[in-house]
Amino acid sequence: MNWIDTIAQGVLLGGLYALFAAGLSLVFGIMRLVNLAHGDLIVMGAYLILLVVSLTGMNPFLAAMVAMPVMFALGWGLQRVVLNRVLGPDILPPLLVTFGLSIVLQNVLLQGFSADSRRVGAGALETASVDLGVVTLGVMPLLTFASAVGVIVALNWVFYRTSLGRAFRATSDDPVTASLMGIRPQGIFAVATGIALVVVTIAALYLGMRANFDPTIGPARLIYAFEAVIIGGLGSLWGTLAGGMIIGVAQTVGAAINPEWQILAGHVAFLVVLLIRPRGLFPRAFD
Amino acid sequence: MTLLETRGRTARYGDFQALFGVDIALAQGQTVAIIGANGAGKTTLMCSVSGVLRNAPDQVLFDGRAVGALPADEITRLGIAMVPEGRRLFPSLSIEENLLIGAYGRRAAGHWWLQTVYALFPILRERRLSPGTALSGGQQQMVAIGRALMSNPRVLLCDEISLGLAPVMIRDIYAALPQIKATGASVVLVEQDIGQAMKVADHVYCMMEGRVTLSGAPATLSREAIHDAYFGAHA
Amino acid sequence: MGAGKTYRVETRTTASTVAGVGAVGLIVVAVALPAFAGRGLIQDLFFILTMLVLAQFWNLLAGYGGLVSVGQQAFVGLGGHAMFGAAILCGWDPVAALVLSGVAALLVAIPTAFFAFRLAGAYFATGTWVVAEVVRLSVAQWKALGGGTGISLPREASGEMLGQAAIEALFGVRSAAARDILAYWLALALCVATIGGIYWLLRTRRGLALAAVRDNAPAARAVGVDAGAMKWVVFLTSAFGTGIAGGLIYLQKGRISPDAAFAVTDWTAYVIFIGGIGGIGTIEGPIIGMLVFFLLQSLLADFGSWYLMALGLIGIAIMLLAPRGLWGLFSDRTGLHVFPIRRRLAGGKLDATKREE
Repeated sequence: MNWIDTIAQGVLLGGLYALFAAGLSLVFGIMRLVNLAHGDLIVMGAYLILLVVSLTGMNPFLAAMVAMPVMFALGWGLQRVVLNRVLGPDILPPLLVTFGLSIVLQNVLLQGFSADSRRVGAGALETASVDLGVVTLGVMPLLTFASAVGVIVALNWVFYRTSLGRAFRATSDDPVTASLMGIRPQGIFAVATGIALVVVTIAALYLGMRANFDPTIGPARLIYAFEAVIIGGLGSLWGTLAGGMIIGVAQTVGAAINPEWQILAGHVAFLVVLLIRPRGLFPRAFD
Repeated sequence: MTLLETRGRTARYGDFQALFGVDIALAQGQTVAIIGANGAGKTTLMCSVSGVLRNAPDQVLFDGRAVGALPADEITRLGIAMVPEGRRLFPSLSIEENLLIGAYGRRAAGHWWLQTVYALFPILRERRLSPGTALSGGQQQMVAIGRALMSNPRVLLCDEISLGLAPVMIRDIYAALPQIKATGASVVLVEQDIGQAMKVADHVYCMMEGRVTLSGAPATLSREAIHDAYFGAHA
Repeated sequence: MGAGKTYRVETRTTASTVAGVGAVGLIVVAVALPAFAGRGLIQDLFFILTMLVLAQFWNLLAGYGGLVSVGQQAFVGLGGHAMFGAAILCGWDPVAALVLSGVAALLVAIPTAFFAFRLAGAYFATGTWVVAEVVRLSVAQWKALGGGTGISLPREASGEMLGQAAIEALFGVRSAAARDILAYWLALALCVATIGGIYWLLRTRRGLALAAVRDNAPAARAVGVDAGAMKWVVFLTSAFGTGIAGGLIYLQKGRISPDAAFAVTDWTAYVIFIGGIGGIGTIEGPIIGMLVFFLLQSLLADFGSWYLMALGLIGIAIMLLAPRGLWGLFSDRTGLHVFPIRRRLAGGKLDATKREE
């Protein structure tokens, strides 16, 4: 087994998982909401991009940019109409509502697009690669990883350098006192979910281009996203990237030893990290 | 001219009634103090005025407008800012960010901004990038007050700002009050420290078990009257 | 102070006494049912009873214990595979092997609890889900039990279970139908034992301690409740019971595969749905939820994808409109409890039983 190549592939795979996880991390960090429909929202985003591409013939990257404002509006609306009403100390209502949403989304997509496997064509990009001497890396995985880093840099910029980001952090700390500052928590949450769905669109773009997808693959992506967020630690986006990379490397190393062990290896890595650090690698100081 | 008043304000927490028809009034430029023992309903009253607790619209009037049913963020934007009991700074934000977030609901341009708040409480400028939790109690109280000022409020509600502070700190904080008033804010002070309250207030209300038991200018209130109203001792 | 008046703690209400009598009658009818019911009905009731057992245990965990687990499917799968393993590899009678189902689940629940109890909230939920996935993937490696594709019960095991011959003779049915009846009776026994056991637990001091820990753990500890021990009791009991239910479910099916036995949808998501619709934190809630779920399934299952959509929409609607579930809505309005556990002080000067509640 070529260690360097295996680990490099794992790190890049981690970028994909971090992209899946970033939107989840944002929402979980700000409102402690566990969104079981997150994976299905990514799949929905992939279908939306597919639709734009097939209707207009434009490049997938441009199609994603068209899809982003639509997804923002959907996220904003979803939060305002449904999810804001189930936020609170009980964990069951958001669990059941988002699970219901997951089922509804999967079946709407099934009715609309059938169960056939689809893919967003990316032309030459699908197989292009870069030879770095020591390793050869695919351009698509590299782009995915770079996008993950870019998304996290952008989100951190919003969080720590803008008035909106301050409002996010304050509302996450203490929604009642935040409202005393003139912040409407419901409105802030809606913006947060909107932004999360924009990130989901980017994740959907790479999901759609790298492999076949169909309406039912959402929940499998969800568990990887959860693992990345949790071992990264609540509230840390770089932690989410680290978490994604750990899962990714564990999976590629496991697969190199025995292809049947790929997914199992990722889960075992998750359990090992949590055993040592029950709150994740880089948790916030207070929670 | 009455700037802020409550009319028959009632409030409940589930089955428990905390306020039984409370009437208080604050005139433009005045400082009003509300004193009373723990559990008298003072903080409940403040939460009712600031919008944290909501009830019938015309139980609270601000500048003649019925605001009793509005949520807290709207009330702040109308010009009533609260320094909450226990400070409640945001642990994820630095000192400066805590101040800046106070300006989120900024009503209008006015005297208070970072520079003027730092001029009022110079110690904060040195620690401006520290997290909110790294300061002493007195300094945290200064941040909480500065944060409320950043919205340039017309009414400042101060809930137990001397709680848990050393006498020196209490003196420093109260020393800032005249400057705050000079910029046009009217102040409501909730206090357990009767001495301080009497020194700075134009009008004092005493509360006990959800009702106003005494009301008047400090000079007109005798020690015995206050004692009876505070503790409910019957003659 | 009053002299010689003793206080006693009561939970019985008029409604519950009526319901208790009714329940006994219902059980008698249920036992006699195979004499005059068709095979389809018996199979439907089997499904209802086993899902209800799963729902009650999940409710015990989440509604009373405050432990929201998304990993109970691990114990269903373990229970099923343990029973098949004993039957196929060791020649055990499948009915007798059900005990092993519970034991196998228990053995995995112990290290799981060690690990998961260090986590809270969403971390705990995700942790249990991942553990279930690890168990699934590991069991799928076990080639002797069919590996990834699964395995069926051999004819010797499925044709001659404990009591099966007697049933064939009693009702004059063939072996497959007899197996259904046998499974049905076992499910009935398990369900009655589960609901009875949980109700008994909640009426003891342990149950009171449980409610206290769920509501406010530090306060409960402050009065001497061992919160840690309570969580262990609840988690292990739920695992054991869920394991036996899993073994029974696959005894009736006659065929098992890891993907089916460890499916998060069938054994956890639907269970959460039942709990949410009916209401968790009460014993009556999952019963109501199960009836609604069964009704929906019977009416709409032919519509495939629309059925699932309806399920999802109803789940969302109920959580938005009645967060404490249908039973919660009903008992809030009427104050009725079929399985009352609220304690009242009777006897003495302040006799609460004398006052109309």
